Amino acid sequence: MENNNLYISPSPHIHSGDSISKNMYGVLIALVPALLVSLFFFGLGALVVTLTSVGACLLFEFLIQRFLFKKEPTLWDGSALITGLLLAFNLPSNLPVWIILIGAAAAIGIGKMSFGGLGNNIFNPALVGRVFLLISFPAQMTTWPKPGQLLSYLDGETGPTVLSLIHWDREAVPSVTQMLTGEMGGSLGEVSAIALLVGLLYMLYKKIITWHIPVYVIGTVVVITGSMHAINPQAYADPLTHILSGGLLLGAIFMATDYVTSPLTKKGMIIYAIGIGVLTSVIRLFGAYPEGMSFAILIMNAFTPLINSYVKPKHFGGN
Amino acid sequence: MLRTFRIGGIHPPENKLSAGKKITPLDLPEQVIIPLGQHIGAPAQAIVKKGDIVKVGTLIAKAGGFVSANIHSSVSGKVNKVDVVTDASGYKKPAIFIDVDGDEWEDSIDRSTTYIRECGLPSKEIIEKIAGAGIVGLGGATFPTQVKLSPPPGSKAEILIINAVECEPYLTSDHSLMMEKGQEIMTGVTILMKAIHVTKAVIGIENNKPDAIKHFQQLAKDFNGIEIMPLKVQYPQGGEKQLIDAVMRRQVKSGALPISEGAVVQNVGTAFAVYEAVQKNKPLVERVVTVTGKAVSNPCNLLVRIGTPVRALIEAAGGIPENTGKIIGGGPMMGKALVTADIPVTKGSSGILLLTKQEAKRKPVYDCIRCAKCVNICPMGLNPTFLMSLTEYTNWEAAEKNNIVDCIECGSCSYTCPANRPLLDHIRLGKGTVMGIIRARKS
Amino acid sequence: MILIAIISLGGIGALGAGLLYAASRKFEVYEDPRIAEVQEVLPGVNCGGCGKPGCPAFATACVNASTLEGLFCPVGGKDCMDKVAAILGLEAGAADPMVAVVRCNGTCAARPQINQYDGARSCTIAASLYGGETGCSFGCYSFGDCVTSCAFDAIHINPDTRLPEVIEDKCTSCGACVKACPKNIIELRKKGPKSRRVFVSCVNKDKGGIARKACANACIGCGKCVKECPFEAILLNDNLAYIDYQKCRLCRKCVGVCPTGAIHELNFPPKKEKPVAVKEETN
Repeated sequence: MENNNLYISPSPHIHSGDSISKNMYGVLIALVPALLVSLFFFGLGALVVTLTSVGACLLFEFLIQRFLFKKEPTLWDGSALITGLLLAFNLPSNLPVWIILIGAAAAIGIGKMSFGGLGNNIFNPALVGRVFLLISFPAQMTTWPKPGQLLSYLDGETGPTVLSLIHWDREAVPSVTQMLTGEMGGSLGEVSAIALLVGLLYMLYKKIITWHIPVYVIGTVVVITGSMHAINPQAYADPLTHILSGGLLLGAIFMATDYVTSPLTKKGMIIYAIGIGVLTSVIRLFGAYPEGMSFAILIMNAFTPLINSYVKPKHFGGN
Repeated sequence: MLRTFRIGGIHPPENKLSAGKKITPLDLPEQVIIPLGQHIGAPAQAIVKKGDIVKVGTLIAKAGGFVSANIHSSVSGKVNKVDVVTDASGYKKPAIFIDVDGDEWEDSIDRSTTYIRECGLPSKEIIEKIAGAGIVGLGGATFPTQVKLSPPPGSKAEILIINAVECEPYLTSDHSLMMEKGQEIMTGVTILMKAIHVTKAVIGIENNKPDAIKHFQQLAKDFNGIEIMPLKVQYPQGGEKQLIDAVMRRQVKSGALPISEGAVVQNVGTAFAVYEAVQKNKPLVERVVTVTGKAVSNPCNLLVRIGTPVRALIEAAGGIPENTGKIIGGGPMMGKALVTADIPVTKGSSGILLLTKQEAKRKPVYDCIRCAKCVNICPMGLNPTFLMSLTEYTNWEAAEKNNIVDCIECGSCSYTCPANRPLLDHIRLGKGTVMGIIRARKS
Repeated sequence: MILIAIISLGGIGALGAGLLYAASRKFEVYEDPRIAEVQEVLPGVNCGGCGKPGCPAFATACVNASTLEGLFCPVGGKDCMDKVAAILGLEAGAADPMVAVVRCNGTCAARPQINQYDGARSCTIAASLYGGETGCSFGCYSFGDCVTSCAFDAIHINPDTRLPEVIEDKCTSCGACVKACPKNIIELRKKGPKSRRVFVSCVNKDKGGIARKACANACIGCGKCVKECPFEAILLNDNLAYIDYQKCRLCRKCVGVCPTGAIHELNFPPKKEKPVAVKEETN
């Protein structure tokens, strides 16, 4: 419509300039340090897994939007990139390509698009993909290569993660420094605590997320594992090991804070975060799986609509 | 630590392009068009007819009810007709057209620049004079001032709060008035204090106007009971409830009036109009209007007679730039997009803002990603994204339960939304519908 | 071992069955079986056109009513109401078949656009903001609230004229679009013999000059049609003519005299000489 007519619209007439893609790319930037660390420790395997996962997620997003929804694909809003990257971060670096493809299909197809696309999904897509694979391919999903084998992909020497070691071989648990930098076995992105914390600080600085969810998740885990450790230090590991090992930080910082699947209000976020913390601790301490973060987040995702309908924002002048 | 309101809030770019510009009187137009409905409430009733000769300050329309306001001629000349005029919304509304001839004022009006500080009138007469002069809230809400100064039985005012916040981006009309008419404003404030029998007044000024804060702190030394309170810049601090929260640390309950917390809030421009009405017998016939915009060649603050066509103001600021996409009456957050520049300036016109096509065009809308940014910034503590879907699904019951009527239509939610969702468009509709349902239920 | 399992599970099952039976007896609600029968013959689209919130409510109302007077399903029409009457042993109420009629002919060509709406795409929101994209503040906004409200896919915006058009065969006269339109442009009118109708396709109440300036097809309230009408079927109020469809005998004399072509005739065989219905439109 090329004419010189004035625009008319209700107020407001200006916009902050914020956009979905700005937020999404902000998260992606925050994920870069963890990506670099994973490349540093897992080399070729990390590269292959990441590229496959991201590429597959973009491809499935494009195909479904283009041919199933028959609308203009919003490929570059960054959400599929994040799903792809987060899925890769949750996989061991020696996972075969075909399994990754199945995971990406589950993440985008089942986790996201079956609900109507970005904004309508109930569960975190990357975690749907991850848990789908964990249940379907438990063996492949729980053998992690040892760090430092830069040129190996499928053929690397494998080893257990810290969380399994806690259960079976306390002597072999890596030192705190190793856990901070990420020199230990585990999924791609979850190994380096420092890199993940740098990402958190960046997102807080950019006001992409608020501090509530990560702090309360970690706090709850510290309290529960800490009290168990105090009761019986022989059977239960200390809280620091719990925080620095497994997917706790990755989950608390990047996956529990997913906009779509977390509650809207501060109070709701706190309830949700405490729920994740409790479930994670319970699964880790008493459950059959060594790792509980993914399940905890997915379970609390399911509670998000309920939390949203019961927890209202603090109303001005309200009681 | 400066005070501000405690829930939500945003900080849009201030863009006060016309700050520091002197107030310049605009030349008289050839014809003024004075609408009869320039205020909230019942429109005024015209008491002149075609061919009548009027002077500046002649009463031409009488208040049409309790919540209504008198209207005076802003020019001298001959009434051309009483007819309909297209208003800012494109609807036809009654108005009085006056052809300008010379500039003759009513004899009762004191046009000298002498500053009169003392006011010996009792409260009742002050309020009568204010009502007679047709003064309405000049911040843009245009609520008749005399109504606000007559608290309902059973309630008592404790404090007068003067809104000198000017939190809307771009607008500087209050700021310029404060810099030039400080003494008069302070006297207007004391008159208002007398009218509502309070001994304490607070003038809230956002600290992006340090010169005005300094100027007023200097002036306040001479006036008893008036405190100047610098406030942290945050939109929408000019909202009545937000300003009371910032100044008094009290939150007016949902559905209640400010008087329930003992507060009466008046705009700083209104205080000046009150000074002129009470001390100088001058009715509200002119006001300061900011004409601004990034593409406007000469953003300025003009002293304009009510009824002057908006086009004349824009001409004085350098004309309509070529790529203008929107002309807004008021500020960018709560102002109204004008259908044409040929509508007249009214009592509530605080500014004329021209946006370029690029600035004005809204961006494509995506699905809500539940980022909760609108929830975090809503100054009334509402859940905008939820209220928008309730409106879309016409679930009025739930919308009422979620306090949709408390929305102050500040626009912070739509401003913030990263998915460019028109939250306020929908919420405003829902609010109107729910208010209608509540009214129907009561009667 | 097996025995314990069988006994315990069997016991739980029996207990559950008992509870369910007791509950179903205790909380049983008697429902007139005729309600279900009536519901069976209703169209079941829950459009609300009858004034009741959905078909079950209408069925209940019919069963509880002593006469079917005033109860009419516009979607099912006479056939459907006859069936309902047969079930209940009552006389079916009579009602003329109706159809939705769009009373605005402000096409893009006739009604020049003077601004561009940029808010949320909803007629209702636009209407609460301002008078619309053209000089006529009564006419159609073209954002399609009527289209979204229609459960039968019977009304669509014509992209050339930007006006809604009713597909008569699909329209069930449920009235959803009438309620959805914030400008009260759409009206339910008698369908007429062979769907023949004459109506004023304009709702502009401005004075003639203003209306004409905003839209070439507007009714200017000149009153020629009122004088022409032999049956006193045309009313003129607020500069706007309205044809009462109960009185109109479809003689079409008014169509010819209208200077702006605001009076439309539908579904008549073509006349020998072309009526001045569509004026030459300049842009």
